[in-house]
Amino acid sequence: MNQPIEKNSSSSKARSISPILTAAELAEIDHEISHAPTRSAVAIDALKIVQKHHRWVSDERLKGLADYLDMSTAELDGIATFYSLIYRKPVGEKVISLCDSVTCWIKGYAQLEQHISRQLGVGLGQTTADNRYTFLPTPCLGACDRAPVMMVGEDTHLDLTEDKINQILAIKGGQEQ
Amino acid sequence: MISKLPLTQNINAARDPVSLDDYQANHGYAAARKAVHQMTPAECLKVVQDSGLRGRGGAGFPTGMKWSFVPMENVSEGHKYLICNADEMEPGTFKDRLLMECDPHQLIEGMILSAWTIQADVAYIFIRHEYHLASKLLQEAIDACYAKGYLGKDIFGSGFNLELYVHSSAGRYICGEETALISSLEGKRANPRAKPPFPQVSGLWGRPTIVNNVETLCNITHILRNGADWYKTLGRGEDHGTKLFGVSGRVNNPGCWELPMGTPIRELIEHHAGGMQAGYKLRGFLPGGASTDFLVEEHLDLAMDYDVIGKAGSRLGTGTMIILDDKTCPVGMTKNLVAFFAQESCGFCTPCRDGLPWSAQVLDDLETGNGIPADLNTLQNQVRFIGAIGNTHCALAPGAMEPLASAMKYFADDFQAHIDGKACPYSTAISSASESAGVN
Repeated sequence: MNQPIEKNSSSSKARSISPILTAAELAEIDHEISHAPTRSAVAIDALKIVQKHHRWVSDERLKGLADYLDMSTAELDGIATFYSLIYRKPVGEKVISLCDSVTCWIKGYAQLEQHISRQLGVGLGQTTADNRYTFLPTPCLGACDRAPVMMVGEDTHLDLTEDKINQILAIKGGQEQ
Repeated sequence: MISKLPLTQNINAARDPVSLDDYQANHGYAAARKAVHQMTPAECLKVVQDSGLRGRGGAGFPTGMKWSFVPMENVSEGHKYLICNADEMEPGTFKDRLLMECDPHQLIEGMILSAWTIQADVAYIFIRHEYHLASKLLQEAIDACYAKGYLGKDIFGSGFNLELYVHSSAGRYICGEETALISSLEGKRANPRAKPPFPQVSGLWGRPTIVNNVETLCNITHILRNGADWYKTLGRGEDHGTKLFGVSGRVNNPGCWELPMGTPIRELIEHHAGGMQAGYKLRGFLPGGASTDFLVEEHLDLAMDYDVIGKAGSRLGTGTMIILDDKTCPVGMTKNLVAFFAQESCGFCTPCRDGLPWSAQVLDDLETGNGIPADLNTLQNQVRFIGAIGNTHCALAPGAMEPLASAMKYFADDFQAHIDGKACPYSTAISSASESAGVN
């Protein structure tokens, strides 16, 4: 906090705009920069924007983004790898986030985790061969009265049972085929 | 007739969230309009101080006192910030989601009033990424307020300016710690900061900053609408106002209810949550999220007030209780809790970064039948060193030790049985409980 606050606008340093960031991404990032005191202040927002467009943040895009935000690649990677919801490895079309926190654990997390693993043929941290799902654990999703809980993409699913999980994953699969 | 349950008076889970028109039809934004035109910031602060409101995020710090440290005179030129902490991630906690998804304007009005009181001109709602619906509804409500002139320049024609942004986070429990949240909002890794300086003096970008929980800010709306004297009539015990209380675990009717402060725990668990499911008995409970000490049956008649629960050796925390039943292994549950904190450590302070994974490993050894008698002594030492306030910048590591220390106290026989029997005695019970998860 003792660092001097740089100016928002383009500094004397020439900024290379890597062609790896698309015009749509840059427009969204610029909108964030417009109400931030420094360019690097939007690092997390910008990583999320890039990820929204590509599902994950590759080394090339990370470097392009770091240049655009006047940061070193290492500094931005330090931020990207800190946050659990910034993916630095490819993920499938949808991420399955199964809550492994205390109430869901009491209500049968372990069995559901095994069930999903069996159904999809992947363990936690892995992506299905058809690239449809990446299976990850997540801390408490704030719906403990309806445990067990998971998210698939942006949708939250409550009161999970094995049957319900089969339905959710099959329906999702059906829509995407 | 003023509602005795103000926070949820507009909330009906069966219908759409409260619109701006509906909100205004029930006195909405009248308090904000009145405050910016007719009350000085000092007058508003006095009302909040008199109300006795204590922060609803878990720590229970008096809100008026927190605000009183914000410099109001001779402040150097620049912004002051108000931040709403909507990073609800304390395991077992599911109350702020309800407030944001069902009545977003109540929160926005509370933020306008709070910003006016501390004279903040920029405000943020720092919300966890997973709360997509709440995020979207809040943004729509904020847009509606901008269109009416309730946010932005010259709000309510008063000359007061307030910009309000929603910042969606990117994960990590530590972001809920107020100085870590500030680091994250600056675009950095969410490492907590050493205090002092406190955020009220040097927070976001080194400027005066207040961080309050969603539910705290929602309370402000009603305190400034109806006054401190009215607010004090709401509690049943020594604390004032109402609070959202919740129960999760193997009870008949898990859920979240607004109840007067001071309501007995038994009333919450047995009446509202419907008591234990058939075939399960209550062994203990965490009164306010993962980082609070276990309490047991003898504490059921305690009033849900901050100091009452504190004197019993735990904390009211977020007020959302997690029930330990007699078929769930206390050691396994403690391992789940400590492993969560080990995973969520930001890694800055050594006792937390290296100590918590060690605790989790020892608990894993016990749970898998690999424990040795010396493990209990190791855990006690960890509680003493990792749990001491002041060995780490923030309260994450001490918070992690609360369930561990209390589990070893109340469930000592279970810890011993894991060592003596070289196995978890609940293994069968757990797998059968898991198998029945499908029908619960």
